[in-house]
Order: sequence, then structure tokens, then C-alpha cells
Amino acid sequence: MFDLSGKTALVTGASGGIGGAIARALHRQGATVTLSGTRAEALEQLKASLGERAHVVAAKMDDAADIDRLAKEAEAAMGKLDILVNNAGITRDNISMRMKDEEWEKVLQVNLTGTFRLTRAVMRGMMKRRFGRVVSITSIVGVTGNPGQANYAAAKAGLIGMSKSLAQELASRGITVNCVAPGFIATPMTDGLTDDQKKGILARVPADRLGTPDEIAAGVVYLASEEAAYVTGQTLHINGGMAMI
Amino acid sequence: MSDIAERVKKIVVEHLGVEAAQVKEDAKFIDDLGADSLDTVELVMAFEEEFAIEIPDDAAEKIQTVGDAIGFIKSNAKS
Repeated sequence: MFDLSGKTALVTGASGGIGGAIARALHRQGATVTLSGTRAEALEQLKASLGERAHVVAAKMDDAADIDRLAKEAEAAMGKLDILVNNAGITRDNISMRMKDEEWEKVLQVNLTGTFRLTRAVMRGMMKRRFGRVVSITSIVGVTGNPGQANYAAAKAGLIGMSKSLAQELASRGITVNCVAPGFIATPMTDGLTDDQKKGILARVPADRLGTPDEIAAGVVYLASEEAAYVTGQTLHINGGMAMI
Repeated sequence: MSDIAERVKKIVVEHLGVEAAQVKEDAKFIDDLGADSLDTVELVMAFEEEFAIEIPDDAAEKIQTVGDAIGFIKSNAKS
């Protein structure tokens, strides 16, 4: 089950905790992967640890020309692109009263607009080959909201609406478009939280622990597989029961 | 030149799964040949590949009939 031999995947934000786990999991299932992100050194390290079937194409998701270049170079490096994992994302948290236009715009631009542009750029090849898997990493806060994250929550909710629309446009071409929505996951981002903050979070998580990046990656592997061909326009929530939607 | 028309018609027949007799020059892809909006995008992609040309989006939008496609390709194709 979930064998990805012969498939090719592009993972954005692959230098991060969740993105790296997703890239490793897809690779472990047999896929050739292209790792993208802004930190070239971290990407090269990940590539080296994967060995064969791995490429690096660094790119900035707030730069339209760079996104087109990323799509082209990834397809050129791997010969085709079957699986796109839109994982790149940033936060610029602030309560709304204090949120600056730049903080709002930057988050929307990278997390939502950049994701749309990249997905649009790779659709053509997927349509031709009558096969494609697009998995976007959204967030529980895109559905529930979160104080201090109006920009991030709006962008993540936007990804869900975008994916449902693309799913309807592309379903007849063998292309599925889905989202994975992590809850609180143990990554360098959450390592920075204080014990009190962690306690506050865990009080809301029935599983009584943070999730792991591998648990998110497993959801992505499923949605990227041949077996998930009949699943499209969906959001898979992986959050230890924190929100049941 | 008629060769271009034949090649265009062949692509339309293959792509939309219609009878060659239906593919007249005044036939509209969507209204007469049962194409949906994605089919029209794919037809344009197939024409680009067959004739090694680029069809910009604004030009693609104007290609609504078989004749439109033949006309555009005749005035833009190298081969």
C-alpha cells in the first residue's frame, strides 16, 4: 500500500520540521523528491541524508518569477511532476489591533498567493498526464481561528477554499487536491514555547501530547498515493482530537 | 496549408472523441463538439505541442471554433 515508486514529488518548505518529515516519508515510499525552501544549506543537508532520488531547488514563495522557475526546474530535474506538497508557510503573529499591513500582506502572499501560483504552474503537466496529487498543508487555526493569527488563519482558511475549487476543476483529469491540517506539532517552532504555554495547549488536546512531524507526513503519503484517487477536496485533520470537524 | 487543417481536425477528433464529420470549420468546441472549459485548455496545449508554437492566453480565449484554431495556427506556425 501507498507505494510511490516511479512517482516524483516537489515539497516546498522542506527545510522546516514538518516539510522535512514529509520529504523523507515520500522518499521512503519510493518517490523521487525535489526539496524547495529558502535555506539552501538545510536543503542540501536533507538531500545528502536522502541519497539518491533527491534534488534541491531553492526558491522564494513571495516572488512570482521565482515560483515559475521552481516549477520548471523541478520538472526538468525529475522529468515530470506527479505530487506537489505545498508546505511552505510563515507566521507574523500580532493581535489585530496592532497588526501592520506588511504583516498581513506578507503572510497572505507567501502562504496563499505563492501556493496558488505554484499549483497553477504545475497543473499543466499533471493535466496532460492525467495524474496529479496536490496536498497543501493548512492548519487547524484556518478552521478554528486563533488570537494573534488573523493573517495566518485567513491564509490557511484560504488554502482550504482554494483546494476545494481546484479539486472540482481538476477531478475529471485524475488530479486530486486536498489539505492536511495539523494541530500542535513538535517542531523547532513549538520548542520555543514555555512549559506553561505547552500545558495550556495540552489542556485542549485529548491525546495529551503534541503531534509529531511524521504523523503529518503519513497523512500526506496517503493523499499522495494511488489508493487515495477517490479522495479530493478534503481536509484531513491531524490534531490529537483537539478539534473534531 | 490544408495539411494544418487536417492536423488540427485530427487532434480535435482524438481529444474530444467526436466523429471526423462533425469537425467542420464553423463547429464550436463547446457548443457543437461537447468540450468543457478544461477541454479547450487542453486542445490549446495539444495545438502548441503539435505545431511548436506558443498560444498566449488572450489569443486562446478567442479560439472558439475549429476554423479559429486553424486560422491562428496558419498565421503563427513555422511548420
